[in-house]
Amino acid sequence: MSTPTEAMAPPHFTDLPDANGHFGPYGGRFVAETLMEPIEELRQAYETLKQDPDFQAELDRDLHYYVGRPSPLYHAERWSNHLGGAQIYLKREDLNHTGAHKINNTVGQALLARHMGKTRIIGETGAGQHGVATATVAARLGLECVIYMGAEDMKRQSSNVYRMRLLGAEVVGVESGSKTLKDALNEAMRDWVTNVDNTFYIIGTVAGPHPYPAMVRDFQAVIGREARQQIQEQAGRLPDALIACVGGGSNAIGLFYPFLDDSEVALYGVEGGGDGIDTGRHAAPLCAGRPGVLHGNRTYLMEDNDGLITETHSISAGLDYPGVGPEHAWLKDSGRARYVAVTDSEALQGFHDLTRMEGIIPALESSHALAYATKLAPTMAPDQIIIVNLSGRGDKDIHTVAAHEGIEV
Amino acid sequence: MSRIQARFETLRRAGRKALIPYVTAGDPDPDTTVPLMHAMVEAGADIIELGVPFSDPMADGPVIQAACERALKHHVSLRRVLEMVAEFRRDNDEIPVLLMGYLNPIEAMGSAEFAAAAQQAGVDGVLTVDLPPEEAGELADELKGHGIDPIFLLSPTTTDARVARIAEQASGFLYYVSFKGVTGATRLDVDAVAEKVGHLKSIAALPIGVGFGIRDAESAARVSRAADAVIVGSALVRHIAESTGHPETIRDKVAEELRAMRAAMDATQPAAAVS
Repeated sequence: MSTPTEAMAPPHFTDLPDANGHFGPYGGRFVAETLMEPIEELRQAYETLKQDPDFQAELDRDLHYYVGRPSPLYHAERWSNHLGGAQIYLKREDLNHTGAHKINNTVGQALLARHMGKTRIIGETGAGQHGVATATVAARLGLECVIYMGAEDMKRQSSNVYRMRLLGAEVVGVESGSKTLKDALNEAMRDWVTNVDNTFYIIGTVAGPHPYPAMVRDFQAVIGREARQQIQEQAGRLPDALIACVGGGSNAIGLFYPFLDDSEVALYGVEGGGDGIDTGRHAAPLCAGRPGVLHGNRTYLMEDNDGLITETHSISAGLDYPGVGPEHAWLKDSGRARYVAVTDSEALQGFHDLTRMEGIIPALESSHALAYATKLAPTMAPDQIIIVNLSGRGDKDIHTVAAHEGIEV
Repeated sequence: MSRIQARFETLRRAGRKALIPYVTAGDPDPDTTVPLMHAMVEAGADIIELGVPFSDPMADGPVIQAACERALKHHVSLRRVLEMVAEFRRDNDEIPVLLMGYLNPIEAMGSAEFAAAAQQAGVDGVLTVDLPPEEAGELADELKGHGIDPIFLLSPTTTDARVARIAEQASGFLYYVSFKGVTGATRLDVDAVAEKVGHLKSIAALPIGVGFGIRDAESAARVSRAADAVIVGSALVRHIAESTGHPETIRDKVAEELRAMRAAMDATQPAAAVS
């Protein structure tokens, strides 16, 4: 029997979602009837395997020997001193196999697909990082793989298209709508509803219908678990703040989740501010959108007054998405995390700063988190600590950066 | 009794099956829709299903996606669709109108405001593709409170237990999606559908409509032997796509297609079959 104090205690943030996949008013399952039974089968398979020590051991082995985990936590001393405030530590997800955090999730979902007896993998991709990470695990397990990618994004990220094809994936260009990530997601959903018997849909972020937001979070939470242990080994205490970029929000939730119940650790999610929030040309639903329903869940969206989804803009293809994971919507409303936006040009400055000061070329997505660190660190004391999630490496972005600066590579 | 329920009752007494054409509102332009609705009634439509254009129609195949894009070029919003229904109602108080669309435009308006506005306009049913019964409580209650039937989908993957639960929340009729896939695909297996519809009728008391994949008079007739209603969308929208800019041609072609379906469906019903 619970005491009155226990009954009145606020729920732990880590208890969510509830049985129906809700994070407060967000999340849930908003899909056509044909997918309801398949996502329920997926939920059951995942819940079972999550408790299975053999599955966990298999996953841990893959994360160690194939992905290269644990990823280092690196004290960026020179950059910290230059900014003249808090000590900045970088969680080096850029050093994972395939160069970003995306592989943590695709390794997990691919193992699940194999356990469920699915022979065909589909995925959607914006910048191509999740597509590459999906094609990678499909190649390794010998599974057929189809990746949907907006026709516009295929032009912007042609080297990743080639990478996916090298790995044996079929890359299908999506010509509908705005021809970007959201349309790729629509098309992947259409494939899934058609081929649901043999096909596993590896969603790349913490969005989609339940159980995806919780499942992808669980696979990405290895980032935060490692960081929490590493910072205590290196600095002897928990950090004062965490910063991560937020497109769909998988790297951010992966870092935040193991710290959610540490109320003394401030959490900052950084959205793509594009040309600036007040210009309307951005990709910041948490900062400037409102709640709605898209791609299987209720969350903050960029939409017009009639509920039509609007086009987004960010220099970073990985942040160019009009929605965001429902758990972030909940963390925003509950006040546990704060969401801010930095502009394209601020992100570019962050890209150059880290490259020149620490010899690390960051992804443009991650550069948004770095740019916010340059604002936050100087407001803090030198004995305070910030962990920034360096979610991916920037090799894929050098052509974008060069083009932006009028340089021919 | 709602217009939809009354219509099914009348058809049942006459031993006929319902023909439900779908067009996307505002496709290819807003002026085409209301005259097209009247033309479809004249050609034998029992209920009109009007698609509400959405920017991200995830359950639709390429034909209806393109229809949404054509309509959205003219900024055809949910409010504009309700105006079209109201305009149709000025000349037709009998034929039920069913809206089919996605949840977000309704959420943007608010369930209560939408239900009131839809009733005011003369809407009889609302099918929200991405709103399964588990999440539908609030909207379904608002709709019922305003005399509007919430219509739900059943699919080949729906378990019997779910069929029973869905039938409890639904009213008007149940919409059986004939195969796993998106609208307009060519995967219809009429025999399998007929068997499934028979099974669904043993669980749910509501009339069963069948949609997705009905492309011509022959498939409409064959499906109508088992189902209470035949829903046809992409096969009509194709004609709209081909004749954009020529509203009269669109009306003629769509009406011709429907008349053929109507005739084939009526010819295939056993005489005076009152079940």
